Amino acid sequence: MNLKQIADELGLKILNEEVDLEREVTGGYVSDLLSDVMGHAREGELWITLQSHINVVAIASLKDLAGIVLVKGILPDSLMLEKAREEGIPVLATTRTTFQTTGLIYKMMES
Amino acid sequence: MNVYRADLHIHSVLSPCGDLEMSPRRIVARAVEMGLDIIAVTDHNHTGHARLTRRLGEKHGIWVVYGAEVNTREEVHCLTFFDTNQQLEDFQMQLERYLPMVPNDPHLFGDQVIVDEDEHILSEIRHSLYPGLSLGISDMTGLVHELGGLFVPAHVDRPMNGLYIQLGLFPDGLEVDAVEISRNTDPAGIRKQHSELESYRLLRNSDAHYPEHIGRAYNMMSMKAKTFSEFTLALHGKEGRMVKEK
Repeated sequence: MNLKQIADELGLKILNEEVDLEREVTGGYVSDLLSDVMGHAREGELWITLQSHINVVAIASLKDLAGIVLVKGILPDSLMLEKAREEGIPVLATTRTTFQTTGLIYKMMES
Repeated sequence: MNVYRADLHIHSVLSPCGDLEMSPRRIVARAVEMGLDIIAVTDHNHTGHARLTRRLGEKHGIWVVYGAEVNTREEVHCLTFFDTNQQLEDFQMQLERYLPMVPNDPHLFGDQVIVDEDEHILSEIRHSLYPGLSLGISDMTGLVHELGGLFVPAHVDRPMNGLYIQLGLFPDGLEVDAVEISRNTDPAGIRKQHSELESYRLLRNSDAHYPEHIGRAYNMMSMKAKTFSEFTLALHGKEGRMVKEK
């Protein structure tokens, strides 16, 4: 399953253009503690979080994650989005909560 | 009693986010320019520039408090202050014990280098100084106090890594020596919002990452002399020593 399929199914808003949405998403990681993600997320996973800080992109890039989904209508600041463009990290947004978003993506991946 | 200007939260080039210009030499030179009497270099999870900065400060009558800005397991940033070389060494050992070993990527997070007096690079710290330590805030206060240091939660009202956003409320029984608020925050205002802050002296520092930011905020500290015991009394607001609120 790739990011585009997930974005289409859940109606996620893609916040940066020219990113790789065809890449295979191998799983998900849910955490708002950045050092937890730094230590435990795995390559190819989609990160669901409410943190919108430039370091979120740095960590996603370091761990080679498939993308970042910001929940609850939270939007990145301009610095974060600029860094995401530079690093080619897809940033998506939803108004749903972390619980709903994670549940829906999990269901999609399991079926 | 003397009144000293103290900027107690400054990052050197050792912090991944610290500008390459932030060598101990440059920091001290800027502190002199800004008329500061006391400074602390508080790098993320590392004390590597403390001793050199103190030595350079001594030449200009600036007292350099040893310290670091630690990141707790809950990702709350906290300032720690120490007095002696032995304390500093012991604390550095503890930091290395609790820091998760994740390689740093200088391109993504910034360089982490230790330099000498002449700004030559002596060594590079290869693991990231960014992550939270594997020690919670309460245990961290215990560790710092056991070593004879002081513990001050940093920029508690900041929307990232501040105590209130990370923990929701001030933990009951947390033993802190003072509290740092963001440099533009009004002490009276934040005390109204968080009544537990009535009991603490509030610090405002520059949190400088660039030379030109050093001294953009500082504290007026009433102390008899530039010593750690006087500094401790001032943070605690005891025996006539204090941190004046402007």
